[in-house]
Amino acid sequence: MDHWIIAPIVVPALVGPAIMLLMRHDLVLQRVAALVSGVLMLGLTLALLVAAAGGTVESYELGSWPAPFGIVLVLDRLSALMVTLTAALALVVLAYVIATGWDRRGRNFHAIYQFQLLGLFGAMLTGDIFNLFVFFEILLIASYGLMTHGGGRMRLRGGVQYVVYNLAGSTLFLFALGTLYAVFGSLNMADLAVRMGQLPEGDGALVRVTAALLLVVFVLKGALLPVHFWLPNTYALAPAPVAALFAVMTKVGAYSVLRVYTLVFPDTAPMIDGMIGAVLVPAAMVTLAIGMIGVLAGGTLARVAAFAAVGSMGTLFLAVAAFTPASVAAALYYLVHSTLAGAALFLIVDQVRGARGNSALTVQAPIPGGGLVAALFFASAIALAGMPPLSGFVGKLLILDAIRGQGWWVWGWALVLGTSLLAVVGLARAGSVLFWRAHDADAPKAPAGPAPAALGSAALGALLALIVALTLFAGPVMGYMQATAVQLFTPLVYVEAVLGPQAAPVAEAAAEADEATSDPGDEPAPTEEGP
Amino acid sequence: MELLVSIAIGTLTAAGVYLLLRLRTFPVVLGLTLLSYAVNTFIFAAGRLMTGAPPVLGAAPVMTDPLPQALVLTAIVISFGMTALAVILALGAYLNAGTDAIDIEKPEIDKPGVEAEDRR
Repeated sequence: MDHWIIAPIVVPALVGPAIMLLMRHDLVLQRVAALVSGVLMLGLTLALLVAAAGGTVESYELGSWPAPFGIVLVLDRLSALMVTLTAALALVVLAYVIATGWDRRGRNFHAIYQFQLLGLFGAMLTGDIFNLFVFFEILLIASYGLMTHGGGRMRLRGGVQYVVYNLAGSTLFLFALGTLYAVFGSLNMADLAVRMGQLPEGDGALVRVTAALLLVVFVLKGALLPVHFWLPNTYALAPAPVAALFAVMTKVGAYSVLRVYTLVFPDTAPMIDGMIGAVLVPAAMVTLAIGMIGVLAGGTLARVAAFAAVGSMGTLFLAVAAFTPASVAAALYYLVHSTLAGAALFLIVDQVRGARGNSALTVQAPIPGGGLVAALFFASAIALAGMPPLSGFVGKLLILDAIRGQGWWVWGWALVLGTSLLAVVGLARAGSVLFWRAHDADAPKAPAGPAPAALGSAALGALLALIVALTLFAGPVMGYMQATAVQLFTPLVYVEAVLGPQAAPVAEAAAEADEATSDPGDEPAPTEEGP
Repeated sequence: MELLVSIAIGTLTAAGVYLLLRLRTFPVVLGLTLLSYAVNTFIFAAGRLMTGAPPVLGAAPVMTDPLPQALVLTAIVISFGMTALAVILALGAYLNAGTDAIDIEKPEIDKPGVEAEDRR
């Protein structure tokens, strides 16, 4: 099993340049290579998912450099879940792009797509926090290419905004890493977790600064208020299928928060003392409210979908911020659901745009073949708003149940339920303007474009089938999510897998030292690294 | 030395943030460049400031931490590439849209006709 961990990173790293260098002039060949790579990655990640489901944490040392010094890739249940979700979504979106000919509207789409996946898989698998930064940059630089694919005046301007915002975020990430290294003297996440328990009391302020800086960086990717401003324009201006793939990009932010704030800076640690949760909860609540108000006020279907993405990140972070095994399990279920549902809505945006030339919520001539588009919109809107019977309902129910024990549960419940109503009204309004009022007697009769490609609708159907499957198999899926959450809250397993069993006594001693805090005779030994 | 370096980092960061908040692409790109200089110096300082100590084990009685230097190299390469990309993109947006304003006051992508390139 050992070497398979790096396979999801190696495959796109080989296929991407091959597409760019060898198949430059042959779109058919590019498509075949991209599809083969997509299927291969899905197969590989499914194998990793099966391997990780057993509960063991696998560590892979790049170049066999031993753990705290070399870079490690770590496969646990959370990583396996994230890479599988990414590979599944990427394959569906790729099929849609090929079916609708989006890859013909600019150059190098397939190569950039492979690099995008390389960055995503790397960020989800790495066990080294500086390596996480590097993979963030890879996925960002590829996303700049995808976002401006096809060109156009507004898209390029939106691209500039997106790039500048994220470059500022990357700089902040580097500041956070500099502080982190100055305090801890290590960058390996398992090693950081061990050292966290050994830091002298006086470093508390620096640790909190580091934790807060990293949190800002991660929630910037996760589009949490007040650092969400890049998302609505980017998602609305990007090619809609690319925006569908980007549905998983915000989840990388959520993944990083889950990883770092359960492993390195657990919210219960004496030096953190609930600071992360105290910041995340109100931010998530405001994000949820703003997102769903945006759904109501969108103006175009693309912006409605973009604000729905913001709102779903609010719901997700609300569950994450409770930092209990039950709430994290619910958050993971909702993460999978909101990725699929958000992507489905963006593919529908593309179908509407393809037929009408825009997705403005104004009465225009009916879409040819609009019945099918309307039905698909109906299904994904139900999923997105969290109405029964689809997985959005299950997810929100699980989150409501999981946050019941928190002090702020009344606010949480009120906001989740109230914003669901806003989402229902907003999506219902959008759907009725787009699909029903087009058939009114006074609607314009100008001929619209061609009907959506059948294969594209099939890809969209596949996405909805995944949502239905997620609903039908909610029991087994939740079983896996609960096991994932339990694994996240026992970081010792992760630490032992990376640093070897001899690290365990150190970590346990650190935990004991934590309990007997402020004993001046209990000073930790000076660390070996750093002067 | 510590005071001097920290003042330099602070000045670079302040200037970078100020330029980042301008409304035109050119000052914003300059601001990002200044910020990346600031952060590179900051990471370098994270390995503690020392003079006359090589980052090699056993070459001298005192050694400096080599890892921040490696991190700075990585950060320089990445920020260099990113800045180049930002410049190209800003230039493309300027030539396409005829304005180098960062702000998009009113996204008009979905006004009928504007998004014609998305129609099949």
